[in-house]
Amino acid sequence: MSDLLTVDGLRVDYLTAGEPFTAVRDISFEIRQNEILGLAGESGCGKSTVAYALMRLHKPPALVRKGHIRFEGRDVLSFTDTQLRAWRWSEVSMVFQSAMNSLSPVMTIFRQFYDMLRAHGPITKADAMDRTAEMLEMVGIPADRMHAHPHQLSGGMRQRVALALALTLQPKLIIMDEPTTALDVVVQREILQEVLRLKYKLGFSVLFITHDIALMAQISNRIGIMRAGEIVEIGTAAQIVTNPSHDYTRSLWDAMPLLAKRPEGVAHAV
Amino acid sequence: MLSDTPILSLDALSKTFTLRPVFGRATEVKALRNVSLDLMPGRALALVGESGSGKSTVGRTIVGHHTPTSGRILFEGRDIAELTARADQMRYRQAVQMVFQDPFSALNPAHTIRHHLLRALSLHQPEADPETALRMILEDVELDPVSTPSKFPHELSGGQRQRVNFARALAVKARLIVADEPTSMLDVSIRKSILGLMQRLKDDRGLSILYITHDIATAEYLAEDTAVMFRGQVVEKGPTAQVVGTPQHDYTKLLRAAVPDPTLRLTGSDAGFASLARRVREESAHPVRALREITPGHVIAEHAEAAHA
Repeated sequence: MSDLLTVDGLRVDYLTAGEPFTAVRDISFEIRQNEILGLAGESGCGKSTVAYALMRLHKPPALVRKGHIRFEGRDVLSFTDTQLRAWRWSEVSMVFQSAMNSLSPVMTIFRQFYDMLRAHGPITKADAMDRTAEMLEMVGIPADRMHAHPHQLSGGMRQRVALALALTLQPKLIIMDEPTTALDVVVQREILQEVLRLKYKLGFSVLFITHDIALMAQISNRIGIMRAGEIVEIGTAAQIVTNPSHDYTRSLWDAMPLLAKRPEGVAHAV
Repeated sequence: MLSDTPILSLDALSKTFTLRPVFGRATEVKALRNVSLDLMPGRALALVGESGSGKSTVGRTIVGHHTPTSGRILFEGRDIAELTARADQMRYRQAVQMVFQDPFSALNPAHTIRHHLLRALSLHQPEADPETALRMILEDVELDPVSTPSKFPHELSGGQRQRVNFARALAVKARLIVADEPTSMLDVSIRKSILGLMQRLKDDRGLSILYITHDIATAEYLAEDTAVMFRGQVVEKGPTAQVVGTPQHDYTKLLRAAVPDPTLRLTGSDAGFASLARRVREESAHPVRALREITPGHVIAEHAEAAHA
């Protein structure tokens, strides 16, 4: 697998009244074609800062101090505003933790799709409507719900809409920052299955950020463990689960109450 | 244990909220439908369910934030609606304390930890030497008794603040703690230590705990008994080993199967999970017609057919 995105020695500082606070300390990693890379860690470890910096969504007082981000060889940090606008959503998109906050409460679902489609090229309203219907059906939402406002949908449906929006322009990379944290486990499972099905169908890479390493282990190809702005360990999902080499990774596993192993012979759903 | 009388019983508790929007007709939301539960002294009962299942409404009704639409709440066998004497009401409010999900908003940011705890101590344990009592309570919840009292809430981490909330419940000599998702806003790495604290309070001090959670794994870790709620009804209850270990109700099975298992890889094919989830949700929302006992104490709900719903 070749690399879709490479991050090389990235440092992000937050400017404060005193000394700048370094949230991301010279980290390097790559995301390969068609790969799900998980990034796990506690709150405050810098994992969301990495996600925002990758899309250049970080705002002052956050500042990329040094390092390189290359997307298919192109230097993301030197993009002009016009290049950035064209690049976002068409090649890399993001699904945020809270779908309620990432969708506009005063616009219908269709309107939000139309807005994005128009920003990326001329499109007629009828075509936009067809495209919206197609995308909503793809994530399992009846097409006629496109005329609903976000508050008329459940949390799980809103997160599906956010996912459909992120997929519409068929990006090569989707950054998911705690996409299911606000949802209950059954809905979480449904949405993640959907992501995997679509990934299989469309072929894209995912940077999956969460604090739930058990969940991450279920869907990622590789996992990076972050602490205090550094990646302390990165490896295949199997290796992080069965044979973590860093003490911190082991302590993360120990801190999680996991269900006792399923007794033999007990039939479970699925 | 002292007795077989539950410290707290819910008897066919129902709660209907009426939503009156500025425009349009009022709508009714049946948050609780005939919820019956028993919490035995010195034990923990986990109340598990998805968001919107009514589990927090149960907790808030117990501590008196909501009045039930129908049904009774029995505290040590006495209906709390009949506690008319002020002394009796005070006794109940003292014995039953709530710990909230959000440790950041549950403490007054303008006051020190000493203030929070001394207020409770002076009201409820006036006979004790306040400084000694303060130190003992902080030690009980594993906080540093020397440095903590003078700190303000913002100087403590989320986990430490949650410990202060438990300390406050101890300061008023609570016997039953209603803990509503006490760990869900905390970092994964410290959740287990808060669960451990609750376990110790239960085992060493004989506190009873109603543990409200959406996380079935932590329920298994802490609670002797578990009840599963869905759409305002209890669909399965009994000893945790059975409810979580060998679930019998379809919804509990679904919940159990959806818990992330790091050794189970998900693939693009969901093997019918989504359609199963849809079917189970629909069936489990129907009114409970009867309860069926599987093994002693382990009960599941049988739902009315769609036509009667």
